[in-house]
Amino acid sequence: MGDIPPRSADAATGGTSVTTSHARSAGAAHPADLSPTPPTRVPDGGGLGGGDALPRRQAFGAERLFRGVTMAAGAAVLIIIVAIAIFLIAKAVPALRANTVNFFSYEGWFPNDSEPKFGIGALAYGTVVTSALALLIAVPVALGIALFLSHYAPRRVGTVLGFLVDLLAAMPSVVFGLWGRDYFAGPVTDLSVWLNKYFGWIPIFGGDGPFGNSILLGSLVLAIMVLPIVTSLSREVFQQTPKANEEAALALGATKWEMIRTAVLPYGRPGVIGAVMLGLGRALGETIALALTLGITFNITTNIVVTGGNSIAANIANAFGEANEVGRGALIASGLVLFAITLVVNMAARAIIYRRREFTETAA
Amino acid sequence: MTTMTAPPSAAPRRSDDNLQARRLPVLALVGIGVAALAVSAAIVYGTGIGGPVLVVVLGALLYLLGAFLVSKAVEGPRQARNRTWSALIHSAFVLAVLPLVSVAWTLLSKGVERLDGNFFLTSMNNIGARDPNGGAYHAIVGTLEQVGIATLITVPLGIACAIYLVEYGRGRFALAIRFFVDVMTGIPSIVAGLFILAFWVLIVSPVFNNGQPTYSGFAAALALSVLMLPTIVRSTEEMLRLVPAPLREGSYALGVPKWKTIMRIVLPTARPGIVTGVMLAIARASGETAPVLLVAGGGAAINFNPFENSQSSLALYIYGQAGTASQYAPGRAWTAALTLVALVLILTIAAKLLARRNRLSR
Repeated sequence: MGDIPPRSADAATGGTSVTTSHARSAGAAHPADLSPTPPTRVPDGGGLGGGDALPRRQAFGAERLFRGVTMAAGAAVLIIIVAIAIFLIAKAVPALRANTVNFFSYEGWFPNDSEPKFGIGALAYGTVVTSALALLIAVPVALGIALFLSHYAPRRVGTVLGFLVDLLAAMPSVVFGLWGRDYFAGPVTDLSVWLNKYFGWIPIFGGDGPFGNSILLGSLVLAIMVLPIVTSLSREVFQQTPKANEEAALALGATKWEMIRTAVLPYGRPGVIGAVMLGLGRALGETIALALTLGITFNITTNIVVTGGNSIAANIANAFGEANEVGRGALIASGLVLFAITLVVNMAARAIIYRRREFTETAA
Repeated sequence: MTTMTAPPSAAPRRSDDNLQARRLPVLALVGIGVAALAVSAAIVYGTGIGGPVLVVVLGALLYLLGAFLVSKAVEGPRQARNRTWSALIHSAFVLAVLPLVSVAWTLLSKGVERLDGNFFLTSMNNIGARDPNGGAYHAIVGTLEQVGIATLITVPLGIACAIYLVEYGRGRFALAIRFFVDVMTGIPSIVAGLFILAFWVLIVSPVFNNGQPTYSGFAAALALSVLMLPTIVRSTEEMLRLVPAPLREGSYALGVPKWKTIMRIVLPTARPGIVTGVMLAIARASGETAPVLLVAGGGAAINFNPFENSQSSLALYIYGQAGTASQYAPGRAWTAALTLVALVLILTIAAKLLARRNRLSR
């Protein structure tokens, strides 16, 4: 996601400015016939030494064609983005028109009724809360692991474990979802019951049950999924800390932690923020893991241990099966909202990453 | 010279020598740990508020506190903080390893249950809730075809786009493309699925099929393409920029036109890196469930034709089996998960190994 820093003196590619205005260099053969047979001379420009004539800019040649093809491919990206916006809006508007309640405040999802009623509020809230909670859990741990791999573990161990973390970042989310629902739900239910019993006086742990497929479970599964991504990117940033800074800190008598606090963390901060935002983007858009672990309710609640919770993406996966025409439109409208949320998050991440050009991202 | 390089221990020691800080012996830390566990066990079992897990958690917290206080008294606050943070960083690692190992272990132990020939050679056609057999042949076919078509679409498009960005793109248009490639990277997979649903399934596919919207493997491939394209553009762009400028200049100096330089010099030089990026994109796309769920339809029978009728995919198959009420469904789901993870991991590992051999990358 980060912009690529120029590695050569010429910012772009090296040397393109030399030849941009020429279809081919002076004295070059025609692009079309780079064959052993000598090119036929063009009658109007044959007087320049032993070489071929200086080429006139061809209206239609291989160079133009190639340039046009690549440009069309570039334009395709723009077209796709515009098409996404247009088609989503086109399909969402009729459903939003048919909606009989306020799309932003209504808590419920009944778009298939004869009087369609659906609202995004609870879903957007669930999306943001599960993602935020997941990051709250995952980021400190991820930074700890990243520091462990980059500065505490022996070099070989760090390399091998870093490789494993990269592999985990590529794990399909449906696997995490399945694991979360079938195996992780047990311990989390126990934890929820325990929290409810002893800390029930705090509203977020209150409620009378049932416990289990709660926001807590969804967030923990999300956290475990986001963990490798944030770890992998932060580790890369921490490893790029200039050795001179670290050694200077140590030479001044800093302890290892003081060295990390004064040399490594400030240097890595923009990269870490970028990694966290990227993780947030992943968490916001995560579908299947949440569809499998959340309790699917349509209310806004601050309670995180009682079965319930929902998110925009999970709702799309769950409700798509029985959706009719309006139902599909409603889901597309909710997808549009999700698109907008992730767009904001990603643009913020990009702005932060761009501030530090050395940071490059390779994992995703 | 000798006096300067002599180790500090060789210097004459005095009783009030402050140059060497006092260190906490390892044995003391072990003692604190044992004491913390004992206290924690006493508290937990004395009041009956939890089990062994709580003993360990509380013990760890007590250890951190105890080690901090003792170290502060003996070694001073700076060393104490250093110790505490070091312990926290190590425990973060242990904390994260537990669930990840659990995922891996569950995957392996549950996945081998149905890992037989039948699983890979049969589909779910006519498999009821009480049938123990049934397999993922149709899903594997679906995954391979969808990802294959998506790769065929995105690789030329993505590489051409990256070439434009690196070699030709100047000014606002190129900036806009670069910006929107970044925006595309952040598109949630389900939104890509919704886009293809709105565009291909609901609007274009009726044209070919007597006005009836149809789900198809090709639609899933299109959705995966939307997800793969920015990844491929990004990685290819990065690799093309790593190609040294003198290679290009040498080619221009020999009179080779630019397009031929790109095709014959730049692309072959960057090829290992490009292949790595493509493989990582393929690995990520094969694990996507959400877009396939929305546009492929997910049939139970083997369907080799991606352009007609619904198709399944491995990820979708896992999701489907996870929601099936049958005592045999979880076994099938986990074996499919193992298959999918194996596929993804093989691709990722191959890509990373290839990247390591690539002399252009850092």
